[in-house]
Amino acid sequence: MNQDGADKSRRRFLTATTGVVGGVGAAFLAVPFLSYWKPSARAQAAGAPVEVDISQLEPGQLVNVVWRGNPVWVFKRTEDNISDLDKLEGVLRDPESNQPQQPEYAQNKHRSIKPEIMVMVGICTHLGCSPLFRPDERPAGIDRDWHGGFFCPCHGSYFDLAGRVYSGVPAPTNLEVPPYYFIDDNTVLIGEDEGEA
Amino acid sequence: MSETKTGSGGLMGWVDARFPATKLWNEHIGEYYAPKNFNFWYYFGSLALVVLVIQILSGIWLTMNYQPSADRAFQSVEYIMRDVEWGWLMRYIHSTGASAFFVVVYLHMARALLYGSYQKPRELLWVFGVLIYLALMAEAFFGYMLPWGQMSFWGAQVIISLFGAIPVIGSDLALWIRGDYVISEITLNRFFALHVVGLPLAIIGLVVAHILALHEVGSNNPDGVEIKQNKAEDGTPKDGIRFHPYYTVKDTFGLVVFLIFFSIILFYMPEFFGLFLEAPNFEPANPQVTPDHIAPVWYFTPHYAMLRAIPDSFGGVVVMGAAVMILFFLPWIDRGKVRSIRYRGLGYKVALMLFFLSFVVLGYLGLQPATGLYTMLARIFTAIYFGYFLFLWVYTYFGLEKTRPVPERVTMP
Repeated sequence: MNQDGADKSRRRFLTATTGVVGGVGAAFLAVPFLSYWKPSARAQAAGAPVEVDISQLEPGQLVNVVWRGNPVWVFKRTEDNISDLDKLEGVLRDPESNQPQQPEYAQNKHRSIKPEIMVMVGICTHLGCSPLFRPDERPAGIDRDWHGGFFCPCHGSYFDLAGRVYSGVPAPTNLEVPPYYFIDDNTVLIGEDEGEA
Repeated sequence: MSETKTGSGGLMGWVDARFPATKLWNEHIGEYYAPKNFNFWYYFGSLALVVLVIQILSGIWLTMNYQPSADRAFQSVEYIMRDVEWGWLMRYIHSTGASAFFVVVYLHMARALLYGSYQKPRELLWVFGVLIYLALMAEAFFGYMLPWGQMSFWGAQVIISLFGAIPVIGSDLALWIRGDYVISEITLNRFFALHVVGLPLAIIGLVVAHILALHEVGSNNPDGVEIKQNKAEDGTPKDGIRFHPYYTVKDTFGLVVFLIFFSIILFYMPEFFGLFLEAPNFEPANPQVTPDHIAPVWYFTPHYAMLRAIPDSFGGVVVMGAAVMILFFLPWIDRGKVRSIRYRGLGYKVALMLFFLSFVVLGYLGLQPATGLYTMLARIFTAIYFGYFLFLWVYTYFGLEKTRPVPERVTMP
C-alpha cells in the first residue's frame, strides 16, 4: 500500500470505527441466529404448564392430568395417609428424598408443598411404565408394611403415597415430583416453579 | 519457486499461468521432504484423511434416503438397510467408518505423544489436531442420534443433561440445545443439520489448517530430530525424502492393509460385538422406556467412565471436559527438550505407558455398570490420567528428567 502523504491517524480512525460498527452489527446479528434455537411457539404450546382445579378433590381421591406427554397425579391425602408416612422409613430406599427427584421445596417427608396435596409424575423410574394407584388394598406379592401407595405391574416396584420407592425393588429412585405451585388455594399450576416467568 | 517454467507449454503450462496447480503439488506432495525414518506409527495421519473421505461419500449417499423426523427416522434407516439397492453397504460403511475414524485418530494421537510431535515448533499443529478431535466427537455424537433408536435417544438424553448440570445457566442451556422441553423431533432436526453440514465443513477446514501447519514446520519423526538442521547443498534436508513417490507408496501399502481389516469388519461383523452398533439401537426410540443399561459407543467410554467416577454430577462434567481440554495445553505442560520417547528419561516412559493404560482401562470401565469395584477402579485410573500431566510438568519443569543423548541425524532400523 502506498503510504506517501497519507494521513495515517485518519486511516487508523476510519479502520477502527469501521471495525467497531461492523462488530456491533455482527453482535446484533448473532441474536436471531442464537434465538432460532430456542423452543418455537409450537414447542412452547405443547410444553406449557397445566392448571388443575382441586376445589372438588376429596380426601383420598386422585386425578390424572397430562403434562408434556406424561401422566401427572394430583392426590389429596387423608389425615391417616399423612401420619402413615412416618411408619415406613425402615422399608424405603430413600426416605429423606436425597436423590434429586424433586424440586427443593418438595424435599421433605411428604414430598410436596402442602402435606395433604401430592403432585407426582406417574412414570415408574425403572422402565417408564405407569404404576397403579392402590390407596388401601395390598398389591399381590408384597410382604412388608403397606399403608397404600403405587404398584408398578410391569416389574413389581412399590412406592408409598409420597412416591417414595421401597427398597429391594427394580425402580432405583423415588418417583419424580414436577415443578409446581399453588396459584390460589384451589388451583395448582404444574410445570413451573413459583415466580418463574 | 522461480519463474522458470519447466513445461511452459502444454495444458499444465496454461493452467499454471492461471492457477498454482504445479506449485501446490510440489509444495505439499512432490517436493515436500519428510524424514526418511517414518515407521508403522506414521500410517495413521493419511489413513485418517482416507476415512474422512469415506465418511463424507457414504454420508452424502445415506442422506439421499434418510428422513430426519421422529416418525420416520428409524424407518428410513431400516428402509435403507432393506429396500435401497446396496443401502446396507452404505450404512455399514458409514457406521464402521465412524469407529475406524476413532481407532485411527487415537493411534495418530498416541504417535504424537510417543515422539513428542506436539513440542515446539509444532504447538499449533497439535492444537489444530485437538480441535479436529473435538469436532469429531461432536460429529459422532450428533450422528449417533440420527437412527433414532433407543440408544440414540437415551444417549442424547444423558449427554444433553450433562449441560443441565452446569450451575445457574444449566437448565436454560439444555433447553436451548434441545429446542424443546424433552428431546424431540426438533432436537433431531438440528442435530441432523449439524451432522451433515455444520461439523463436516468445520472438520474439513481444520484438516486443511492441520496439514498447512504440518507442511510449514515439517514432519517430526521417531527420533525427534529436526531434519531441517542438516541440509545438502541444494537446500533439501539430508535425512528427508520426497513425499511422492516414497510416502505415497508407503501409505498406499498401509491403506491396503487398513482396507483388509475394514472390509472384514464391514462384511462379517458390522455390529462388532455390539460395540460399533449397540443392541438397544435396533429398537425405535421410546421416551417412556429407559434401556436397562445406557453406555455410549466405545470411543466415548473413557470419558463416560470419568464422568461416572465423580460422585457429584457437575464435578463429573468438569472432570470429563477437563480430560479433553487438558490436551490443548500439553505443549506447554511438557517443558522437556527431548522429543522422542527413545531418548527420554525412564520416568517419562513409565508415565506415558501408565497414561495409555489408564485410557484403555477407563474405556473398558465405561462399558461396565457403575458399581462398587468398577467405580473405585474408575477413580484410580482417572487420577492416573490426570496424574500424567501433573507428573510431566513437575518432571520437566524442575529438570528431574535424565535424558539420553539425541543423535545428530535420524537413525534407521
